[in-house]
Amino acid sequence: MLGPLAHTVWKELLVVMRDPASRVMMVAMPLLQLLVFAFAASMEVRNVQVLVVNDDTGYWSREFIARVEAANFIDEVVELHSLDEVKHRIDRRDALLAMHFQADFSRDVVSTKPARVQLILDGRRANTAQVAEAYLQNIAGELQLELVTTETSATPPEVKVRNWFNPNLEYRWFIVPALITILAFLPALSISILSVARDRELGTLDQLVVSPVTPLQIILGKALPAVIAGMIATLLVLALAVYAFRVPFTGSISLLLLSQLIYVFSAAGLGLAVSASCDTQQQALIGMFVLSVPLFVTSGFVSPVANMPQVLQWVSEMNPLMHSMVIIQGCFLKAISFSEAWRNLWPMIATGMVTMSAASLVLRWRIH
Amino acid sequence: MNRRRLRAMIIKEAWQVVRDPSALLVAFVLPPILLFFFSYGVNLDVKNVALGLVLEGDGPHARDLAAAFAATPYLNVHPARHRAALEHRLINREIQVIAVIPEDFDAQMNDSHRAAQIQVLTDGSEPNSANFMAGYVQGTFNNWLQGLPASGMSEERLLLESRYWFNPELESRRVIVPGAIAIVMTIIGTLLTAMVIAREWERGTMEALMSTPASNGEIILSKLLPYFVLGILAVSFCTVLATTLFGLPLRGGVGVLLLVSAAFLVAALGQGMLISTLSPNQFVAAQIALTTGFLPTLLLSGFVFDIGSMPDVVQWITTIVPGRYFVSSLQTVFLAGDLWDALLPDILALLVLGLFLFTLTFFTTKRTLD
Repeated sequence: MLGPLAHTVWKELLVVMRDPASRVMMVAMPLLQLLVFAFAASMEVRNVQVLVVNDDTGYWSREFIARVEAANFIDEVVELHSLDEVKHRIDRRDALLAMHFQADFSRDVVSTKPARVQLILDGRRANTAQVAEAYLQNIAGELQLELVTTETSATPPEVKVRNWFNPNLEYRWFIVPALITILAFLPALSISILSVARDRELGTLDQLVVSPVTPLQIILGKALPAVIAGMIATLLVLALAVYAFRVPFTGSISLLLLSQLIYVFSAAGLGLAVSASCDTQQQALIGMFVLSVPLFVTSGFVSPVANMPQVLQWVSEMNPLMHSMVIIQGCFLKAISFSEAWRNLWPMIATGMVTMSAASLVLRWRIH
Repeated sequence: MNRRRLRAMIIKEAWQVVRDPSALLVAFVLPPILLFFFSYGVNLDVKNVALGLVLEGDGPHARDLAAAFAATPYLNVHPARHRAALEHRLINREIQVIAVIPEDFDAQMNDSHRAAQIQVLTDGSEPNSANFMAGYVQGTFNNWLQGLPASGMSEERLLLESRYWFNPELESRRVIVPGAIAIVMTIIGTLLTAMVIAREWERGTMEALMSTPASNGEIILSKLLPYFVLGILAVSFCTVLATTLFGLPLRGGVGVLLLVSAAFLVAALGQGMLISTLSPNQFVAAQIALTTGFLPTLLLSGFVFDIGSMPDVVQWITTIVPGRYFVSSLQTVFLAGDLWDALLPDILALLVLGLFLFTLTFFTTKRTLD
C-alpha cells in the first residue's frame, strides 16, 4: 500500500514543483496578497470629503462644521454655495456626502426648537455612507449632550463599553488572522482542482489508471501537493501576522497548525471531488468559482454569518472556511482550548473524509 | 489580415467554446448562483441581534429598561441574573453582545448628581459587529431615557435628516449586485481567456497554429471574439436577473449598460490575453489570473471595501484594476441613470487600460518555438 502511494505522491509533487514559475508563485503569491489585502480590507471609513452648504450665519453651524472638520475620519470639508454644485459633485462621485444648514439653524439651537441639518448621501455607496452617517450622528449627539447638560446642569447618562479580546477594536486583528484561512485556501483548492482535470485533458490519466494504484491512492497522491502548498501559505502568513502585523497570539500554536492541516486537507478534498468530474482544466477553473464564491461569502470574512438568512447559515455550518476562521481567530485572540475548538474541528474532518471518498468514487466510476 | 481566414478561425474557436458545456455554465448558471450568494450573504444590515441582558437590580427603572430592550424589534433578548451565565456564550458567539443593568441602577436614576450607567460587553474579535452592537444598545438606552418624563434629555435638539440619493431604501443588495456582475464578467473576461493561449502551448497545438499563415492579430482576435460574445450574453442575463429577482432598478439605458460592459470586456480580455501569452502552462495562468483578476475585483473594486478609505498605495493599485471602473459605472447605470459626468471617465479609463494591455500582448506573443 505504502509503496505505490509514496510513488504517486512523489510524482505529483514533481508535477507541481518542477516548474520554477510555480515554485516562486507558491511563496510569492500569499505574501503579495497578504500585504495588499490586509491594508485594503477594512470596514472603517476614512479620508471622507464632506461638502457643506451653509445658509446659516450664526455660531452653531460653524461650531458643528469645526467639529466635523476635526474628526479623524474626515479628509477635508469643502464649502460650496449652492445645492446644484453639491449635485454635480455627488453625481461624479467626487464626494460621499454633503451637509446643508438652513438659515435659521443657529436660531433654532438657541431657542431649543429642534435644529435640523440636512444630510445628502450617495446611495451608490450605501454601506460606506451609512458608516459615515453614524460617525456624524455621534458628533451631533455629543454636541447635543453638551448643550443640554450646560443648560440643566444634569449629569449625562453613560454607557460603558468594554470590547473583549480587542479593546480598541483594531480591524487588522480581525482581518489578518482571517487572511490565513483565505490565503491557505487558494493554493490548496487551485492545485487540487486542476490536478485530475490536467491528467484527463493531457491524456495522462489513462497511464495512471493502468498502473498498479487504486483510485484512492491516486486521489491521496494528488492531495498532498495541495496540502503542502496550503501549509506553506499558512506558515508564511502566520509568521507575518505575529511578527510584522503584531496581532497578539494568545492560544496554542499546535492547535492552530493541527486545525490548518485538517482544513487544507478538506479544501484539497473539495478540489479533487470537482476535478474528478471535469474533462479540461478550463472546466475545473469554472468549477472553482462555482465552489469558492459561495464558500467565501458564507465564511464570515466579508460580513458576519449572524446577519445572513437561515439557509446561508446552514451552508456556513458546512463551510470549512468558516470553521477554520473561528479556530484561527480563537487561537489568536481568545486562547481557545482543544475542547472548545472541537465543535469547529469535526465538521472539517467530516468534509475532508466525505470529499476524498467522493473524489475517488467519481474517479473509479469515470474510469470504468 | 485576411477576412476569409479570420472568419474561418473565429468559427473554429466559437465551436470550441460552444461545444464545451462549461461555457454555457459560466454564462447562465454561474450568474444566478453568484448573485444569490452575494446579495443575501454580503449583508451589512444587522437584523436579529442576540442580546444577553443581565438584570442585576430589581428596581422599577431597571425592570422598565429591561422591558424596553425586550420590546425593541431587532433585539433578541436572552435574560440572566448574573453575567457569568452569559460570558461563555458571548465567547462562543451564541450571543453577540451583553448589556448589564447594575444593581444600583435605580439609585443612580433617582440621584441627579450621579450618572445613570449601564455596561456593554462585546466580542471585539469581530470589530465591525462589536461597534454596531454597542451602538444598538446605546441607541435603545437613549430612546428609553428620552421617553422618561423630566429627564432633561427628552427633547431632540439636533436632528440630522439623512437623504440617500439613488438608493433611498438603503438596500445593501443594490450596491452589492453590480459588484457580483463584475465578478461574473471578470471570470469570463480574464480567467477563462487566460487559459486559452496557455492551453495551446501546454497541448503542443501552438506549433500547428504557428505553421499556418495566420498572423498574431488574427490568432488573438479569433480567440477573443467568442468570449466577448459570451460576456455580453452573461451581462444581459445578469441584468434580467438583477431587475426581476433581485429588485434592482435600471435607471439608465440598456444601450449604456452594454457600452460600459463592452468597454470593461476590452480591458478584461486584454488582461486575460496578456496572462495567457506569458504563462508556460494553464496552471500558472490560472494562478496569475486568480491573483491579478479575481481577487482584486472582489476586494479592490470598491463594492465591499471602500476605496477612499484605503491607504494611498493601495488606492494607486486600484487604478489599474478594471473592475473598479466597472463596478462604479454599473452602480451609476443601475441606481442613478445615464450620468455621463460619472460614466465617461470610467469608460475612458477602461479603454486606455485595454489598449495598453493589448499592445503589450501583441508584442509578447511568441512567434518562435525556442
